[in-house]
Amino acid sequence: MSEFKTRFPDYDVLDKWDSPSWNDQTRGAVRERLEEVPERHFLSAAQWSLLETIVDRLIPQPDRAEPVPIVPWIDDFLHKNETPGYRYADMPPMREAWQRGLDAIAAEARKRHGKRFEDLPPVDQDALLTDVQHNRVDKQVWGDLPAGGFFLHHLLKQTVGIYYSHPAAWSEIGYGGPASPRGYARIGPEERDPWEAREVDVA
Amino acid sequence: MLDVEFPRAIGGRAPDVFRPGKWVEMRCYSDSEQVDFAIIGTGAGGGTLACKLAEAGFSVVAFDAGPFWRPLEDFASDERWQGGLYWTDNRVTGGADPVELGSNNCGRGVGGGTVHYTMIALRWRPEWFKAKSALGYGRDWPISFDELEPYYEEAEEALQISGPIDYPWGRRRKRYPRRAHPVNAPGLVLARGCERIGIKWSPLPLATLSSPRGMAHPCVYRGFCAYGCSTNAKQSVLVTFIPRAIKAGAEIRDLAMVGKIEMGKDGRATGLHYHRNGGWHFQEAKNVVVAGYAIETPRLLLNSKCDQFPDGLANESGLVGTHIMIHSGPGVWGTFDEQIRQYKAPPCMAVTEHWNYDDGDDKDFHGGYAFMSQGPLAVGWAQCVAINRGMWGMDLRQEMTRYNHVAGLRIVGETEPQHGNRITVEDEKDQYGLPIPRMTFSYSENDKKLMKHSIGSMKAVLEAGGGKELWVDDDTSHLMGGCRMGDDPSDSVVNKDGRSWSIPNLWVCDGSLFPTSGGVNPSLTIQALACRMGDRIAQMAARGEL
Repeated sequence: MSEFKTRFPDYDVLDKWDSPSWNDQTRGAVRERLEEVPERHFLSAAQWSLLETIVDRLIPQPDRAEPVPIVPWIDDFLHKNETPGYRYADMPPMREAWQRGLDAIAAEARKRHGKRFEDLPPVDQDALLTDVQHNRVDKQVWGDLPAGGFFLHHLLKQTVGIYYSHPAAWSEIGYGGPASPRGYARIGPEERDPWEAREVDVA
Repeated sequence: MLDVEFPRAIGGRAPDVFRPGKWVEMRCYSDSEQVDFAIIGTGAGGGTLACKLAEAGFSVVAFDAGPFWRPLEDFASDERWQGGLYWTDNRVTGGADPVELGSNNCGRGVGGGTVHYTMIALRWRPEWFKAKSALGYGRDWPISFDELEPYYEEAEEALQISGPIDYPWGRRRKRYPRRAHPVNAPGLVLARGCERIGIKWSPLPLATLSSPRGMAHPCVYRGFCAYGCSTNAKQSVLVTFIPRAIKAGAEIRDLAMVGKIEMGKDGRATGLHYHRNGGWHFQEAKNVVVAGYAIETPRLLLNSKCDQFPDGLANESGLVGTHIMIHSGPGVWGTFDEQIRQYKAPPCMAVTEHWNYDDGDDKDFHGGYAFMSQGPLAVGWAQCVAINRGMWGMDLRQEMTRYNHVAGLRIVGETEPQHGNRITVEDEKDQYGLPIPRMTFSYSENDKKLMKHSIGSMKAVLEAGGGKELWVDDDTSHLMGGCRMGDDPSDSVVNKDGRSWSIPNLWVCDGSLFPTSGGVNPSLTIQALACRMGDRIAQMAARGEL
């Protein structure tokens, strides 16, 4: 696995917690994300374990002793049935899509390798996920569930959305993050306010 | 996630959006009081019209399915938390090119989509009102630019638009109420690119303050516009027309979902059924205005079917829900040597309408498009990269570290009105027991040619602006049509005043009125139409024509 390099090694967006860039509303929202990681309610223990492994391939975090939690938040919106407000005509309702999609990935792994997805080497895990992404799957396993649609519009979109909602992810990409009430004074090219991330040359 | 559980606008008062914890007095009507106008929806159409009608002296109750936000207290600087701003009730989206709904184009709450819009305040190209007769495609509107021009001005004044002194396209106009904002880095990339290839560009006229207004201070360029403005610099309907409406005696009924319009034996609407505080209620009204936007408006008319109107209300022509349009929105992204930091300031600050106004030979399609500079935040950008490029794993994390060096352009592209692009209702029911809507959408051949052409234009501008490693994404914005207005009852749902051809006290006032989609953001035109409707209704009332 290639090593992750950030251009913003000395930037931590949480340093602004008590600054005029953060207000109580934002602190409340982010505090919940940091401190109130939910328990498992919706997925089965087996689905949860499988999803942990999948998510670790979609957003690997080998550089972190404590990875940003993702699966608990997926389980949480499934538990609350918080949908994005639409479903594609060829997809079942959100909860059903996740249940069936995860079970199909598990079944696909057993059928191909005779093993649990979690027990495959990463290279085989990635190959299988790539096939799911591109609809190269066993029709008997997936039935009428569109594999690529499940992968892109549910699995990948939500995993990525949750990861980049976390301050640790904001910091590593140099994103300004919360900005109320202060906002920004310098908005042109190459302009940086003192409370923004300083970029260093990583080449 | 952001949410409000119980109605706030009750007991003779409503939230004061300008003062934390404070209230304003609000006149409240009982269900049995036959109000002059019951309006369904409080966004760009319904909220604006509620104000106009209340100020004209009518008794008005305006219903919204969502909460009455207090922006200064409720809104956090956080993409995920602000997910509560969007309409997320169950819907099905299909067709050859299914449209992403929810956060992409549907608001929930008092003020509607204007609470999370990007504040672009552009007028329609004058010829678009006569697209068929002047430009040879689409349809003519039943209304002319001349008729609407004073109402564009009224809407721009009400929203105190900040804009340039010499907007280079369209009919010469008086100056914008407030000075233009400085253009941010992504906007200057667009400017640089346009100048290098020799086409015009302009700072965008925006509905966010460039100087203090009342209790609201100017925009601080925090960049969260699409996730709700926590400072009230954004001139959404929630902080402009709604406070005016309440002051003039209108009642705003929040967290009140309208499920059905009731018809009397005389063929006139008698009122509406709405769900609030856990139960169904019936509000009597002399007139009903549907302003739920291009999905919920047709849905309500279809769901209000009864023995007298078995195909739904105002649907003798069979056109309710048909000819729904979007704006196509492919984007082009590039990486820049310099630091752009696109998270700062309103997401769209510069535009070229060159291909809206140029009718030259290089166009191999009908219609037009504008494109604007962009400013996605962390989550939006990550999802854009992952979905459009199919990128994940360490590749994605590494690519995301270039976020501060990225800028892009995206079109607001005209799509054709097609009969098969439509809203229908399903057997499946939502949480209120109401049949859920399905949107069916497929691009026409002309739509595809337009998008292809626009990608070439955007690439040329972005490359000239210094962009490298260009790539294209696929997106859409806005909803229009579904209850189009017209001059012919057999070919439209309502007349040019938004009045149903068949039910004289039933009206439509929102983006579903649009016969064609144009190539700019629709909100200002919706608000201009609403301002005009308010005046027209007052004139008709004075002549006894209601």
